Amino acid sequence: MRTIQMREALREAITEEMRRDENVFLIGEEVAEYNGAYKVSQGMLDEFGPRRVIDTPIAELGFAGIAVGAAMNGLRPVCEFMTFNFSLVAIDQVINASAKILSMSGGQFGNPIVFRGPTGSAGQLGAQHSQSFANWYANTPGLKVIEISNPYDAKGLLKSAIRDNNPVIFMESEQMYGDKGEVPEEGYLIPIGVADIKRAGTDVTIVSFGKIMKVALAAAEALAQENNIQVEVIDLRTVRPIDYKTVIESVKKTNRLVVVEEAWPLASISREISYEVQRQAFDYLDAPVRCITTRDVPLGYAPTFVEEFLPNTKRVTEAVKAVVYV
Amino acid sequence: MGKDKSTYPKETYLKWYEDMLLMRRFEEKAAQLYGQQKIKGFCHLYIGQEAVVAGTMSALNADDRLITAYRDHAHAIACGIPAKEVMAELYGKATGCSKGKGGSMHMFSKEHNFFGGHGIVGGQIPLGAGIAFADQYRGGKQVTVCYMGDGAVRQGALHETFNMAMLWKLPVIFVCENNGYAMGTSVERTTNMTDIYKIGLGYDMPSKAVDGMKCETVHEAIAEAAERARTGNGPTFLEIRTYRYRGHSMSDPAKYRSKEEVEDYKTNKDPLEQCKAVIAKNKWMNEADFETLENKIEAHVAEAVEFAENSPWPTPDELYKDVYVEEDYPFIMD
Ligand SMILES: Cc1ncc(C[n+]2csc(CCOP(=O)(O)OP(=O)(O)O)c2C)c(N)n1
Ligand SMILES: [Mg+2]
Repeated sequence: MRTIQMREALREAITEEMRRDENVFLIGEEVAEYNGAYKVSQGMLDEFGPRRVIDTPIAELGFAGIAVGAAMNGLRPVCEFMTFNFSLVAIDQVINASAKILSMSGGQFGNPIVFRGPTGSAGQLGAQHSQSFANWYANTPGLKVIEISNPYDAKGLLKSAIRDNNPVIFMESEQMYGDKGEVPEEGYLIPIGVADIKRAGTDVTIVSFGKIMKVALAAAEALAQENNIQVEVIDLRTVRPIDYKTVIESVKKTNRLVVVEEAWPLASISREISYEVQRQAFDYLDAPVRCITTRDVPLGYAPTFVEEFLPNTKRVTEAVKAVVYV
Repeated sequence: MGKDKSTYPKETYLKWYEDMLLMRRFEEKAAQLYGQQKIKGFCHLYIGQEAVVAGTMSALNADDRLITAYRDHAHAIACGIPAKEVMAELYGKATGCSKGKGGSMHMFSKEHNFFGGHGIVGGQIPLGAGIAFADQYRGGKQVTVCYMGDGAVRQGALHETFNMAMLWKLPVIFVCENNGYAMGTSVERTTNMTDIYKIGLGYDMPSKAVDGMKCETVHEAIAEAAERARTGNGPTFLEIRTYRYRGHSMSDPAKYRSKEEVEDYKTNKDPLEQCKAVIAKNKWMNEADFETLENKIEAHVAEAVEFAENSPWPTPDELYKDVYVEEDYPFIMD
């Protein structure tokens, strides 16, 4: 199979959906003439023209709201945030409008829209440019929330998100746009809300999602090599709704769970999962669930802070060893 | 180019020139160090815009306040933060002016009344008005200068803030540093009304456009606005027209503008050259003096780099400090 970059996989997803449906358009800062801040939309202005690939001023509240309104009136916007840190400027329109239009109008007005862009840390960018809000958005009824970890999932899930008739938050990573992976030429869809077992194992379950999946997989590999511990690694891919079925089935098999997430711990997806697992699989657990999240602080600039802040292989392997009592 | 007979004294020109030379050489060095990966993350250079901040500082009092966006190295230095502390912050060292927590985009100094570099475009606009609000509340005489880019004026926060700042006659000067571009987007591509200063007129705010390539014009406009603010007559909006020579940040090749456009600014409008021309014409400095000054500045920058190089990294436990005022806050751990 051919190998392409994450940014190309995302571009193919949007391009294919725009060819398929005249109502789909792309709007955001630097998406058209600059070809995207991270070159996701490279060449799309040339193909679709300025009617459908639209540069905006730096006015997130305004352009996100305009996209939400357009979606109320029959269009299917793909609204790009340069990063999700800046989506906070627009969050009123996402939570107070987009997420509840369908419900408030008694089902009359829908909001088929995708809000997408990179999330999380991306090196030494300081406190305002390093944040993860998947759990914030996932807390809101009416939204679906996806965070991808490889090019194959990116393409299939973004196409599904664009076709979905609900508002979908779709999260990427600056540090993954250059990642390469196998992606078939022909179009395909991956259903929203279905997790994927990225590595099969019998001893411990690790649940994760997004860029930090790399740490989960690296830890699993190290544990297999050095400690003969076979870790099953589940990529949630969607954090609203969460595929609890896959998680619970795995935990019933391994009896141990570690959740790895790039987000602050309080009210995180990992702590949410811990509740559901103890409720549905209490009798199967041989150890308390462990969550490895970012540290409970704003991320400072210095490299020593980045090192301390993020989940890393060491912290994850230690948590796994703790739940298998070695 | 500079006027024949200057209306400003020799000392003012010499200070402008020396300050701007330090800003420029400091940032040229920072660019080099970025190339060597000594400085990481986003790094936005101010090169070309120096007259805006230099002309501001000469018109203000020492206890006036400044706040700006992420393009903040020169503002930090102009406020009086030692260059070595700014350089150490660029490195992320514990001795930096934000203890290595901020980096390029988030310089701060309470001591020097620098209320920081802010990373969310437009986010500092209400903050600037709030700083002025506090001074007005206490009956102080300080003035706040709140900088923003031409891209930032498209944020809704500006409009809400302008309205209240006028309503309450806050002692604030809003300065839009219009360098023509917000990343790759020219001002023309974001608006029908390209005279940015006219935004203020919708709120009856005294507003005007200013040549930002000359310290004189900037100083004049700021002095007038500061007088207005100090006498209880409220805010001013200045669109200071300037130009950035480098890309938006270190990763931007700036293909959206022509070489000729950049060259025109560098050769015909450069703020340092314009200031130098006045000094030379008045024979305040000769070639040897200029060379001596270059050497002095070079040594100053070298000393800043050495300080940063030799400074320690912040230790990981420092990450848990300053998040709350309490020193024993119970953070959630694994
Ligand atoms: C709310 C928000 N949206 C987007 C960005 C990304 N961004 C950083 S700087 C910038 C351009 C700002 O241009 P301008 O205001 O003209 O300032 P300049 O960089 O020219 O000094 C953009 C879009 C951001 N930091 N914050
Ligand atoms: Mg600008």
